[in-house]
Amino acid sequence: MNTAATSFKFIDDYSITPLDKRSIYLRCLVIEAIIKAGRGHLGPAMSLIEIIRVLYDDILNIRPTQPDWPDRDRFILSKGHGCLALYALLADKGFFPASELGRFCAPDSILGGHPELGKVPGVEASTGALGHGLSVGVGMALAAKLKNKPYRVFVTLGDGEINEGAVWEAAMTAAKYRLGNLIAVIDYNKMQSYDSTFNVLNLEPLVDKWSSFGFSTMEVDGHNVIELRKTFTSLPLNENRPSVIICHTVKGKGIPAAENNPAWHHKNKLTREEINMINQALAIEEKQAVID
Amino acid sequence: MRRTCLNAIHDLARRDERVVFIGSDLGAGVLDEMKQEMPERFFMEGICEQNIIGMAAGLALEGYIPYVNTIASFLTRRCYEQLAVDLCLHNLPVRLIGNGGGMVYAPLGPTHMAIEDLAIMRALPNMTVIAPTDADEMRRLMTKTVDWPGPIYIRLAKGGDPIVSRKADGFEIGKSILLREQGEILIIATGVMVQRALAAAELLDKDHIGCRVLNMHTLKPLDVEGVVHHATGTRLVITIEEHSAIGGLGSAVTDALVGNLNQPLPEILRLALPDKFSDQYGSQDSLLTHLGLGVENICHTIKEAITPAAA
Repeated sequence: MNTAATSFKFIDDYSITPLDKRSIYLRCLVIEAIIKAGRGHLGPAMSLIEIIRVLYDDILNIRPTQPDWPDRDRFILSKGHGCLALYALLADKGFFPASELGRFCAPDSILGGHPELGKVPGVEASTGALGHGLSVGVGMALAAKLKNKPYRVFVTLGDGEINEGAVWEAAMTAAKYRLGNLIAVIDYNKMQSYDSTFNVLNLEPLVDKWSSFGFSTMEVDGHNVIELRKTFTSLPLNENRPSVIICHTVKGKGIPAAENNPAWHHKNKLTREEINMINQALAIEEKQAVID
Repeated sequence: MRRTCLNAIHDLARRDERVVFIGSDLGAGVLDEMKQEMPERFFMEGICEQNIIGMAAGLALEGYIPYVNTIASFLTRRCYEQLAVDLCLHNLPVRLIGNGGGMVYAPLGPTHMAIEDLAIMRALPNMTVIAPTDADEMRRLMTKTVDWPGPIYIRLAKGGDPIVSRKADGFEIGKSILLREQGEILIIATGVMVQRALAAAELLDKDHIGCRVLNMHTLKPLDVEGVVHHATGTRLVITIEEHSAIGGLGSAVTDALVGNLNQPLPEILRLALPDKFSDQYGSQDSLLTHLGLGVENICHTIKEAITPAAA
C-alpha cells in the first residue's frame, strides 16, 4: 500500500529540472569512471551531483591544495555509495588528478566503491556503512565549538540511509548541543535500493520529523543550482539549532533509463547498448543544456 | 577498579586538554568533580551507543582523546559496526571503558554479561584489548593510554578485587608480567582470573605442584614473545579467563604457540566459559564456580590434567 504524503512535489517535477553544461560535464566524469571500472552506484551519484557541486563551487570554505587546513569546512558524504559524485568534484577542484577517476576500483586506486579517509585527499571520514556520518559530524561540530573554530560541518545523507536509527540518535544529540554549525543535507530521491522509500519504509512527514528533532528545516529542488546556492548561502537557518536541507532529487538524474529506476542503483556490469544509451542521453542533455 | 579508572580520566584531563569523557546515561554522580571543574569536556549522553561512538570518532578526528564509558555488553555488542568503521578503520585514539566485563552482572542475566567481548574486540583490526587485573594495575595502565595510537578497549572488573599486581613490575601495554616464578607448569591468566590463578598456584604448591603465573593483561597486541619465552620447555600451559572459550585468551595463546614455538607444542589446557548463555543468576563468584572457574575447580582441573590416565 502506498502511504505517500503530499507535502512535497511529485518526483516527476524534479526530473524535468534542466541541467547546465557543468552539471553534464560532472555527470560525464562519473559515467567515464563507471564505464572504465565496469561498475558503480550510478543512480545515487546522479541524484547528488548538483548538491555537491554547489557546495564545492560556492559554499564550502576549502583549500584543495591544503586538504587538512584546520579551519576548512568539513564535508562528510554519509551516503558513501554516492562517492562518484564526490570524486568528480574533488578531481575537478584539484584535490587529486582527474586521471584517477579512470582507475575507479582498480586494485591500487585511491578511489574505491566507498570513500576512505587517508586514501582520498579531501575525504573527511570513511563511509559506506550507512547511518554513521551524522554522529561523526556531531563530534566534529562539537570540537569546533570547544576550540572556538569557525568551521562548519556538512553531512550529506541518503533518504534510505535515514532508516537507520543511529541517525536519529545523532539528530537528538545535535539539537541538545545546539549545533548551529552542523548542517544535514538529505538527498531525497525517494528511491532506495529495492523500491521507493514510500513502499520500503515511508519517511513522511520528513520535514516534520527533523523539525520535531530540533532542526531548522528547509526544502529545495536538489537539481536547481540557483535554488541550492540561495539555500546554502542562507545558512545557518538558526544559529542555535542544527539545520537540515531536504533536497528533492531524482535518482539517476540525467539518464532517462536510470531515473527513478532501482535497477540502476548499482551496476556491476554495463552492456555496450547501455553505454551507448548513456552517452546518447548525455549528448542530448548537452544540446539542451541551459547556461548557468 | 572502576572508580580508579574514572578518577584517572579526570586526572588525565587535568594534565592534557585533549582528554574528554563521554558516558552513556551512567549512574547519578559519576565524575561530578570533573563535570564541575571542566564541564566542556564532560559529556553525559543518552542511551545511544552507536551515536556515542560516532561522536567520539568525530572528536578524535579533530584532535581530542575521548574516554567512553558504559556497560561492557552494550559498548561492544550494540555499536560493533561503529567500532569497526568509525574507530578502527580510522584508527582513532578513543578509549572504551567497559563496565562489568565477564560475569560481573551475573544477577542481571545474559543481556548484561560480557562473555565474548574480548573475542569480538580482538577481531577488529587496530583495536587494542586490555583486561587489567586490579585497581593498582588499572592506575598504571591509564597513564599509558593517553598517547597510545589507535583505539583501546579496557575491560573493567567488579571492583574491590584483591590487589596482586606489583608496582615494581611497572606496566607496558602488550607486555605480560610474570607474577609467580617457580614451577614447571605455566598458568597464563587475564583480568581478575590472575587472582584466582595465583590462589590456585598457592594451593597446588602444597601438593608439590609448581606453577608459574603470567599476567596477560593485554590480549591484543598479545605478548607473543613472552608467551613463547615462558612456554619454552614447559610441558603444560594453562590459560584461565572469565570469557567464552571462543576467541579469548586461550585462543590467542594457542595461536601464538602454534605459530611461533620452535619445539613440539606443550599440552595446552584452556579454562574458560562454555559457549552458551548462562542459565543461572546468583553472583559472579557463584556463577564462576558453577562453570568451573572457582579456585578449587581450577586446582582440581590442573591435578587431573597432570595425573597419568589409569591403564
